[in-house]
Amino acid sequence: MALKGLDIFKLTPKTNCKECGNPTCMAFAMKVAQGAIPVEKCPHMSAEAIAQLSEATAPPMKSLKVGAGEAEHTLGGETVLFRHEKTFVSENLFAVCVCKGCVDAKLPEIEKIDYERIGERMHVEALNLEYSDKDSYVELVKKVSGKGRLLILEVQDAEAAEAALEVCAAEKPILNGATPENYAQFVEIAKKYGVVLGVGAPDLDQLYDTAAAIEGLGYKDLVLDVTGASMKDAFAGAVQVRRAALKNTDRTFGYPSIVNVKKLAKGDANMQTALATLFVVKYGSIIVMEDMSYAQALPLYGLRQNIYTDPQKPMKVAPGIYPLNGADENSVCATTVDFALTYFVVSGELERSGVPVNFLISDAGGYSVLTAWAAGKFSAGSISKFIKEYDIENKIKSRTLIIPGKAAVLKGELEERLPGWTIVVAPNEATNLVKFMKDFK
Amino acid sequence: MAFKRTPQVFSASINEVTLGTGEKAVTIGGGNTMPLYSFDAPPKHKVAIGVEITDTGVDKTLPGMAAYYEGAETLTDIAKRAAEMPGADFVVLALDGADPNGDNRPVDECIAIAKEVADAIDVPLAITGSKNVEKDTELFSKLAEALQGRNVLFVSAREENYKTIAASAVMAYGNKISAESAVDINLAKQLNVLLTQMGIQPTSFVMNVGSAAAGYGYDYVASTLDRVRDAALTQNDAMLQMPIITPVASEAWNVKESIVSEEDFPEWGSRESRGVSMEICTAASVIAGGSDAVILRHPESVKTISGMIAGLM
Repeated sequence: MALKGLDIFKLTPKTNCKECGNPTCMAFAMKVAQGAIPVEKCPHMSAEAIAQLSEATAPPMKSLKVGAGEAEHTLGGETVLFRHEKTFVSENLFAVCVCKGCVDAKLPEIEKIDYERIGERMHVEALNLEYSDKDSYVELVKKVSGKGRLLILEVQDAEAAEAALEVCAAEKPILNGATPENYAQFVEIAKKYGVVLGVGAPDLDQLYDTAAAIEGLGYKDLVLDVTGASMKDAFAGAVQVRRAALKNTDRTFGYPSIVNVKKLAKGDANMQTALATLFVVKYGSIIVMEDMSYAQALPLYGLRQNIYTDPQKPMKVAPGIYPLNGADENSVCATTVDFALTYFVVSGELERSGVPVNFLISDAGGYSVLTAWAAGKFSAGSISKFIKEYDIENKIKSRTLIIPGKAAVLKGELEERLPGWTIVVAPNEATNLVKFMKDFK
Repeated sequence: MAFKRTPQVFSASINEVTLGTGEKAVTIGGGNTMPLYSFDAPPKHKVAIGVEITDTGVDKTLPGMAAYYEGAETLTDIAKRAAEMPGADFVVLALDGADPNGDNRPVDECIAIAKEVADAIDVPLAITGSKNVEKDTELFSKLAEALQGRNVLFVSAREENYKTIAASAVMAYGNKISAESAVDINLAKQLNVLLTQMGIQPTSFVMNVGSAAAGYGYDYVASTLDRVRDAALTQNDAMLQMPIITPVASEAWNVKESIVSEEDFPEWGSRESRGVSMEICTAASVIAGGSDAVILRHPESVKTISGMIAGLM
């Protein structure tokens, strides 16, 4: 259980030496209790006190680094069950299955999914390597190694696992193969190659016992495979593992999860999309799919970005000129704030209108129109400054600028600051934009 | 030492609301666990799926839609086909043509259309309006009279027009309404309080707490759903215990991913597969968040989502 500030204070030297950067030992203890600073910041604590405290103040869910180089990702480290309570910290990863017979065809398809959305690269972060026999497994590993993706070795054959790790251990793959039967041997392999070990079992009780036994062997770099026999089992597993860790502080389940939706709905891409969605929302750390098409990626990656965004920090789009519907230098300009939600709603309606528009987005602090206007971040000054800084007058010939209806008050001052421009006020609501743009055209 | 299970079963529960009449009537709500946590306690009712048809006809540009509704020429045929769709629990008539900024179909015509659909089906009917406050006020009030005794659900009454709609649809003619608020738990609660103060029974209305397609500000929807369900169950807040209905189709089929053509974005693949995927992803998200009913359009989405719901029961 989390310790209170006073419990921690009792273990400090109580000298108020300030060496930790805090004015008093009490202040230090309170911050440690909140998880704001690690207990090691105090140079005078005894080793036993530190050990006692780090155990007690350790996060309820382990945070693990997997993969290497550009394929390095952090899993876990979550502290809340609902994003509004604080924030989710480690985005789930999407993995696609490859096997000896399909890898050559699949790799180019996987590589096609690679695009940017609100400043984030969207791609298949991981490959799940399916096992058929030892020799071909090593060949499979060789084929996919060095492709900048996290490798997940789904193999329960110890010899094959070792042979595969001889090839790719440096890439820090996940060895997903420990079971209630073989775990002792697999812990040795994971230790030898320094990789994260995936643990699976036929049901949650056996998973719990196996994880506890592995911890008993001194290995704690684990991910828990919650896939189970049915979608009901998988969902029950993902939820109960996370809930046990965060709500009931049961450390044995305090690890990231992996769930294979291909096994739950083989050959049914739509059902895999539905299940992947379920596990993005509820507690999947790695979601393994049979394939990833653009049709699947577009909503799933968008959803993931939404779920994992920090509720306290609005999502922002980068300032710039966004030509819509094939706009060119003669197309009219429209502007709004950089708040991602506003941008998507407005750009969506503008696209539906089919009218070519140069959509100008300036830095408005990531607020909605009225909030940004009230905060002085979306003003005649900020818009005209953007038009000068981005050299709009040389890039675009049109001198018509459409502004949001809610910022109609800016019209007069904008006309003063932007001589030669016609300022047009759009409707208050984005839903009326399609008709407005068609009439306007 | 085996895993110690600690089910979260609440003494509070979501209200039960029944739509439609007779054998095919559908009851939603009743849950006393977090959404879909059937491992904590067996669910009382399954999440219901409404199949959306519109007064503007079937979107024949989508091959899968065209194939499913092939040969259904009249609205009666289309409504029957929608009601028979595997996985469908009720039919939703979207009166898109009523929009004053669009076709501006007169209220009388809308009534004739709604009656035709209601007569064609034996499953419950829900009706979504023009989304224009003034038009919907008149539309829903008159439709409620015309459809008296059918226990129709009108989606939705908002802060601006709830009084008139609730008075006519629920109090005068015994239908149901959905109270719509814009992705904010406080606004949702406020509208529920106002409706209750009018004398509307909690079992006579559901909530639409707002929706967005996956990736389009869905973070707000996710947290609103989480917080509403949390308040309803852990705090036993009676003013947030109404079942939730979420219109998914109208959001999912209106974002860029579901609109742009394959010619313009060849690497994205067929428009239909993108729209279906967006509809499935958005529906699965809101169901995971606590929606007790969703409105979908495409037969593939209905098949998949009903399969998922059944698989999680």
